[in-house]
Amino acid sequence: MWSGDYRFVISSLVAKDFKSRYRNMSLGVLWSLLNPLIMMSVLTFIFTQIFGNPGDKDYPLAVLCGLVPFNFFAIASLSGTTSLLENSFLIKKVPVPRQIFPVASVLSNCLHLLIQIGLLLAAIVIFGRGVNINWLWLPVIWALEILFVLGLAFLYSAVNVYVRDTRYVVESANTILFWLVPIFYSFSRIPAQYQAVYQFNPVAALVLMMRTILLEGQPPHLGTLRNLLLVSFVTFGIGYFVFHKLKNGFYEYI
Amino acid sequence: MAPLVEFQNVSKWFPHTTGRALLRTHITRWLGASRKDNFVALKHISFRLDPGESLAVIGSNGAGKSTLLSLAAGLAVPNEGTIAVNGRVAALLELGSGFHPDLTGAENLILNAALLGLSRKKTMDLSEKIVEFSGIGDFINEPLRTYSSGMVMRLAFSISINTDPDIMMLDEVLAVGDSSFQTKCHDALADFQRAGKSLLFVSHAPAQVREMCEKAIWLDHGELMMEGDAEAVLDAYSGGMALKQQAGNQAI
Repeated sequence: MWSGDYRFVISSLVAKDFKSRYRNMSLGVLWSLLNPLIMMSVLTFIFTQIFGNPGDKDYPLAVLCGLVPFNFFAIASLSGTTSLLENSFLIKKVPVPRQIFPVASVLSNCLHLLIQIGLLLAAIVIFGRGVNINWLWLPVIWALEILFVLGLAFLYSAVNVYVRDTRYVVESANTILFWLVPIFYSFSRIPAQYQAVYQFNPVAALVLMMRTILLEGQPPHLGTLRNLLLVSFVTFGIGYFVFHKLKNGFYEYI
Repeated sequence: MAPLVEFQNVSKWFPHTTGRALLRTHITRWLGASRKDNFVALKHISFRLDPGESLAVIGSNGAGKSTLLSLAAGLAVPNEGTIAVNGRVAALLELGSGFHPDLTGAENLILNAALLGLSRKKTMDLSEKIVEFSGIGDFINEPLRTYSSGMVMRLAFSISINTDPDIMMLDEVLAVGDSSFQTKCHDALADFQRAGKSLLFVSHAPAQVREMCEKAIWLDHGELMMEGDAEAVLDAYSGGMALKQQAGNQAI
C-alpha cells in the first residue's frame, strides 16, 4: 500500500527526534557526554573511596565500559516503548508502515550511543590502553545489542498501546537492571552458580565483552557471543511477530 | 478500468471500552469476547470511486463519515469486508495533520512529505513551491506551535496538493482558512480534478458538494442510505432531514 522511501522517512523521523529533544536544551548534545561522566565520577568515588580500595586505577574505565551499554539500553528501550504513543499525531494521520516508529526511535538513540562510544574509546586511549585488533569485534557485538533492543522496542511499543502501564514496567525493570548488570562490580565477583544466568542477559554480556576487548585486549568469549547472538535474534523475532499481530488495532487504541 | 477506491461490504466496529487501555479491559474482552458491547460505526458499506470521478460523503454528525475516510486512507483496518485502493493517497483528515509543535514549518514539511511517500529529491524540488503556495512567508522557519489554525491548514493543504497524489481525501478542513486562501484551495482542487484526479470529500456544505463532486453517498448511523448522482443524493438527504425535523416537532 504505502510505497515511499524508507530511508528518507526514517532519517526524517530520526532528525525529528533529535531536533525536538535538543532544541530547548542550552547544552544540547553535550548532555550525552556529561551524563556518563558524572555517573562515572560518582560511582568511582563511592566504590574506591567509601567501599573499595583507593588504589584501583582501572576502576573509572571499567565503570565507563558498563555505563555506556547500560545507558544505551535503558534509554533506547524506554523511548522505543513510548515511540508509538509519542508519534500518535502521525499514526492518526498517515498510513505509513507502523514499524518505522520504533525503528526510528532506537536509531536516534544510536546517535547518542556513537557519541558515548567515542568518549569511551577516547578515555581508553588517553589512559594508556591503546588500540588493539580486537576492537574490530565492537561493531559486531553492538549490532547484536541494537538488534536485541529493536526487538524489545517492537514488543514493548505495541503492548504499550494496549496497556499503558507497560512504560512503567519498563522503567522499573531498567532500574533493577542497573544493579543486576556488572556496571560497578566486576564479573568475577559474581558467584559461579549465577554466572551462566548473567551471560544470557544481553546487557551484562555486552558489558563483559566490552571489558574483555577494551581493558584486557582479548577477543570476546565465544560462548558469551553465542548467547548474545541467540537472545538477540530470538527477541527480535518475537518482538516483530507481536508487533505484526497487534498493529491493526493501533489506530483505535491510540 | 480498475476503480481507485472500492469498498465491498465493509463493516467497522469499535469496542465501547476504547480509550481505556487497561490490562483488565483486554482480559475481560478476551475471556468474555462478547460482540454485543461493540459500537458499530459502519454497516456493510459498498461503493466505488473510479478514476476521474469525485465523491462526496454526506450525513449528520456520527454517521460514520470520518470512520469511512480513515478506512479509505488506510489508517484503520475494517472488521469485515475488503477495501481496495489503487493510487497514492493524500489525506487531510483533521487540522494539524501530522505536525510536531516544536519543529519549524520547513522541518515539518520535510517530515510530512517523507511520510506521504515522496523521495528526498522530490521533496527538495517541491519545498519552495509548497511554501510559496501556502503564503506563510517567513513564518516557515518558526516552530509550529506559534502558528494560527489557519496557517496550519494552509501548510497542510499546500503539502497535500503539491505532492501530486492520485486521490485527495478531505474531511471538512477547507472551512478554516480565510476567504482568499479558500478561493486558492478551490482553484487548486479544480485544477487537480481537471488533471483527471479524484477527490473523496466529507462536507456539510451542499454548495461545495455540488460544485466539486459529481457523485455522493449518504450515510446515516453507519448505514449507506443512498449512492448516486450528487444532486439527487443531496435532495434526498435534505428531504430526509426535513422529515426527521417534522417528526421531532410532532413528538414535542
